[in-house]
Amino acid sequence: MTDAERPTPNVPDSLTEPAGPAVGQDEWVARHAERRLLRGGRLGAVEERLRAAPWWAWLTVFVCLAALLPVGFSSGYVRRVAFDTVLYMLLALGLNVVVGWGGLLDLGYIAFYGLGAYCYALLSSNQFDVHLPTVATVPIVVVVGAVAGWLIGLPSWRLSGDYLAIVTLFFFQIFIVVVTNGDHLFGHNVTGGSNGIGGVDANVRPFNLFGHDLPVAHSGSFNVAYLYVVLAFFAVVFVLLRFVNESRIGRAWRSLREDPLAAELMGMPVNWLKLLAFSFGAAVAALSGTIFAALNAGVFPTTFAFPLLITVYTMVILGGSGSQAGVIVGAIVVNVLLELLRDAGNARYVFYALIVLALFGVYRLSVRLAVVLGGTIALGFVVHGIASAIAKSNVDGPANGENWLIDGLRHWVIVPRDLGPWKQITYVALIGVILLLTLVRGWWRVALLVPTLYLAAFVWENVMLTAPEATRFIILGAILVSVMIARPSGILGERRVEIV
Amino acid sequence: MSVNGTPLLQLDGCDTYYGQIHILQGLSIEVHAGEFVCLLGGNASGKSTTLKTTLGIVSPRRGRVLFGGEDVTRRPTSYRIQKGMAIVPENRRLFAPMTVLENLEMGAYLQGGGAKDDFDRVYGLFPLLYERRAQLAGTLSGGEQQMVAMGRALMGKPKLLLMDEPSMGLAPILVERQFEIIKEVHQSGVALLVVEQNANMALSVADRGYVLSTGRLVLQGKASELAEHEDLRKAYLGR
Repeated sequence: MTDAERPTPNVPDSLTEPAGPAVGQDEWVARHAERRLLRGGRLGAVEERLRAAPWWAWLTVFVCLAALLPVGFSSGYVRRVAFDTVLYMLLALGLNVVVGWGGLLDLGYIAFYGLGAYCYALLSSNQFDVHLPTVATVPIVVVVGAVAGWLIGLPSWRLSGDYLAIVTLFFFQIFIVVVTNGDHLFGHNVTGGSNGIGGVDANVRPFNLFGHDLPVAHSGSFNVAYLYVVLAFFAVVFVLLRFVNESRIGRAWRSLREDPLAAELMGMPVNWLKLLAFSFGAAVAALSGTIFAALNAGVFPTTFAFPLLITVYTMVILGGSGSQAGVIVGAIVVNVLLELLRDAGNARYVFYALIVLALFGVYRLSVRLAVVLGGTIALGFVVHGIASAIAKSNVDGPANGENWLIDGLRHWVIVPRDLGPWKQITYVALIGVILLLTLVRGWWRVALLVPTLYLAAFVWENVMLTAPEATRFIILGAILVSVMIARPSGILGERRVEIV
Repeated sequence: MSVNGTPLLQLDGCDTYYGQIHILQGLSIEVHAGEFVCLLGGNASGKSTTLKTTLGIVSPRRGRVLFGGEDVTRRPTSYRIQKGMAIVPENRRLFAPMTVLENLEMGAYLQGGGAKDDFDRVYGLFPLLYERRAQLAGTLSGGEQQMVAMGRALMGKPKLLLMDEPSMGLAPILVERQFEIIKEVHQSGVALLVVEQNANMALSVADRGYVLSTGRLVLQGKASELAEHEDLRKAYLGR
């Protein structure tokens, strides 16, 4: 190519100034607030309204709704799930102080919950024949929890991050070992060992408020009074922690989390602040422990184990570590989901609803969405037709969790009478296809999605629903992974602001 | 030196180590009340370590740190800050997800978050910060972030302000502006100990200077004399 043939780049002869921002005028930052991307239309207006509502309005609405729940649901099971959820919310609020605000990775958190529960059991049972009134026990336990948190927090003076995590995890392990072997503690039976403190002999007393005993069960089912008790504690703790967070201490915690060295350079008593965060978290955990022990009329070492620690951490991280509203949403999502997934019929609703929602979330209302949904449905009927033509036994297997949804699905997804080795093969194949799905793009992905979705439905109906106990954790894990990819700082967590 | 009385800050034969590495080797410097001292030196000469030793982020194995005549060698950082030290750290180290206002408050943590006249003083010095007070510090530009870092350090009414590379990462025009502000702060009566790579600029505004090399003091004197010093010019000033 000669010079003459070379295309001339489109460069103007002289300097030009396009309309808009001018040289030397930096107005990016000045208009920073206007530049926030807002959703348009009615949805945007509603979102803006909701955003403007103060936190106490949200709290009031939430507490009222939760308090009205027993009106709508008379089932003891639903009420008990609601109680557990609020108790988890309380636990998550406490963990949020240490992890979300203080930025201290405390893996010994559940030990404080257990400590609270055991303290309550020791102070109001026949174990040592101590029967303090509830109004005395609860404050004592909270103080014990706070002091324990202070002591366990001491290693945080020199340790941070994963080093602190491993030390606190070790304390948790010590707690488990001590309570499980506490029936021969210096020759005394303190914790009842692996049997815990409970049963008729131990007679752990329920709460006694304003001169009335709150029996654990009310005419055979869950006593709804405990829901109100835990809600009241929750509201008080929420408001208290909110005020702490908006005080100088709260801001100091945040600066400590962002940059411990800078916090120290500002003269903040960094060590003291860390211990304070540990103490607050531990006190809330201990308070939750008292409610747990009172409701269950006993405490058992197996309750305070690693799965619970992981569950509470999941709630905090999924909801958005550092945001009070976030960890509450996290607690609700995790606990309600785990409960729903317990029953095969409910789990089916959750599974298909999540798939459809996820597809809507990714493709919106587009041609691709129509292709994926239509293709999957068509593929199902074709496969079902072929399979039933070959042998009736291919499609008339037993269904788990009868409900209207499966009646419809039976004509679409094949449920063979006997799956044989295909159980394992299809399960592994599904994982393989999902991994493959992350590698392809565009229409290839759409094309691959169709068989993937059908395979997923097949595996779900034939393999996963036959073992709901394992399935619910797999589904929860899948949700956690997807949410964390879509929103790395949790559902309501604030986007991290990095200094650039 | 003709300045009389007890120095505001005195490092007396400080030996500071990072683990087994000997950084400061018997360093002695002093800053008097209201004085503007700059600390020069090449890379790894111990400038930042001098500031860390002063603040108590690291403690010297030998030697003493005196502040206002009081031995603070074994005192924690927060104590020294309370006694009147403040620092504009290297790379500013703002609390990015917190607002400008909150950052300033944190500068006066030990004074309970800052009184109104502290804010007025800082906003008077940096009117822009008042406009930006509700904005997250991490979203500010580099020059603005430097202002927040300065303002944050001044919130606690320090007697001695330490600055680590105040001109780092700033546009040339902002470097000049930065040093004007530093002069202004100095004129309000605050003693300054400034670590700076931009030796020309630093020596043109400072009263005195120290030159470090591998943790040892190699040269000290009036800033005007240092600026003319043959070896220094060759080594750092590039003239």
